[in-house]
Amino acid sequence: MPADGIRARFRVDYAGFALDVDLTLPGHGVTALFGHSGSGKTTLLRCVAGLERAAEARLEINGELWQDSAAGVFLPTHRRALGYVFQEASLFPHLSVRRNLEYGMKRVDAASRQVSWERVLELLGIGHLLERLPGRLSGGERQRVGIARALLTSPRLLLMDEPLAALDLKRKNEILPYLERLHDELDIPMLFVSHLPDEVARLADHVVLLDQGRVTAQGSLQDIMARLDLPTAFHEDAGVVIESVVAEHDDHYHLTRLAFPGGAVLVARRPEAPGQRLRLRVHARDVSLANSRIEDSSITNVLPATVREVVEADTPAHVLVRLEAEGTPLIARITRRSCDQLGIAPGRRMWAQIKAVALLG
Amino acid sequence: MPLSEHDLAAIRLTLELASLTTVLLLVVGTPIAWWLARTRSRLKGAIGAVVALPLVLPPTVLGFYLLVTMGPHGPIGQLTQFLGLGTLPFTFAGLVVASVFYSLPFVVQPLQNAFEAIGERPLEVASTLRAGPWDTFFTVVVPLARPGFITAAILGFAHTVGEFGVVLMIGGNIPEKTRTVAVQIFDHVEAMEYAQAHWLAGGMVLFSFLVLFALYSSRRFKAGLS
Repeated sequence: MPADGIRARFRVDYAGFALDVDLTLPGHGVTALFGHSGSGKTTLLRCVAGLERAAEARLEINGELWQDSAAGVFLPTHRRALGYVFQEASLFPHLSVRRNLEYGMKRVDAASRQVSWERVLELLGIGHLLERLPGRLSGGERQRVGIARALLTSPRLLLMDEPLAALDLKRKNEILPYLERLHDELDIPMLFVSHLPDEVARLADHVVLLDQGRVTAQGSLQDIMARLDLPTAFHEDAGVVIESVVAEHDDHYHLTRLAFPGGAVLVARRPEAPGQRLRLRVHARDVSLANSRIEDSSITNVLPATVREVVEADTPAHVLVRLEAEGTPLIARITRRSCDQLGIAPGRRMWAQIKAVALLG
Repeated sequence: MPLSEHDLAAIRLTLELASLTTVLLLVVGTPIAWWLARTRSRLKGAIGAVVALPLVLPPTVLGFYLLVTMGPHGPIGQLTQFLGLGTLPFTFAGLVVASVFYSLPFVVQPLQNAFEAIGERPLEVASTLRAGPWDTFFTVVVPLARPGFITAAILGFAHTVGEFGVVLMIGGNIPEKTRTVAVQIFDHVEAMEYAQAHWLAGGMVLFSFLVLFALYSSRRFKAGLS
């Protein structure tokens, strides 16, 4: 077994619910635990944290043994080098923001502090809140302080239980860029619980799908999002994720060309310099298909692609079509009527018209 | 001076008894309340009921059993004699022990409510921030339960000041040792010294009112904030 990586085996039996997982996860980057409520994703996270004690368990984090029921090893939560961000920020109401942040940091030896105070304040934009009491913060500010407090313990693993779920859309959009920065700038592996495909697409590198306490699939974000045999494909936000590179800017039309294997798309002018990486999301509902290239259309982004698979969608009126453009996957959600009229079948070369591209930063 | 030397001695003794009892009650009551607030044991109901018994029992019943167990032939009496401490009934120490039993529910219940109101989450948060159980108790639980501790201390103190039956049975009526204000008032009334009784009784009414007034207004203040 490689020393680098997360190896987690848990079996829990509660009345009416059982969790039974055996996972090997990358020891870096963001892993999303994805599933609807009741799938066991929060229980799994709590088991990793030691907040829940599984009857049968073995947990190894990058070569460090935290739990092994067979050998009677159980490190209590406060001896595990982890950070935990709860759904509600759960700041200590009797302590100021500063003392909340210091609470965990003070309990870690100075020698093992690797995340600097200034850096975390800057990363989460909370420097101006230090003297306030948690009751005087907005939901988004509270959650940012909660994340900063967890980071300041210099965790070897950061666990986040739907940190955005308690926030409205506006607060969510306020906090997502901070989470993306954590992902890009800190080298701390994260386990992230979510039930929203768009959130997963934005933050995760690796995805574990859970259903009724069992792992139904796991793999890289791109692979999981491009599969039609998983529940992610039937969500209203279903769609693929593409890693692109900024190719060039068109100053006349204020557009930016983003290139990826198999093609490129034009999007409204981006601030990023050429060469920078950008994650794109193309929703299945925004892709339509044509047998020939339509020149007299307002749709700018058209890619040649080969049909790989056609499956039933969530309604009898629609089908999901998986295509491949030179290695880049696409999913289109079209009506069954169009599918029959155009004669769409695996192997067919078609033109994929992309009506909208979401940029995930 | 409307208060005699004996009256002043009774007041001093009462305050000493109530202060010492309150400190001991907080020490003894906190772990009991914590256990009651967090346990899933089947014994929870039974222990909770035992702690609450002094609320409903006549003080004479409690006093009687304490007298028997602390007396020369009772188990506590045998232990204190073995340790060379003599027996507890009719001493100040005996009065303190009896008061702790008698006022226990008044301290345990507010603490238990305060601990239950905190819930599991702050404890879990503290553990993910590397705080062990004792550390968590003193840095998170005690500050969050502070209103509960204040209420418990005030009720424990006031209730001990107000006890009569148990004092009479365990303490007897020994000036300077076991004669509290409540017993002193009883003596004055028996001796038809109504003027003297008035001063002490009026003082008790005033004291009790002020304590409860402070308690209730601070509670309303808290409720208004949250």
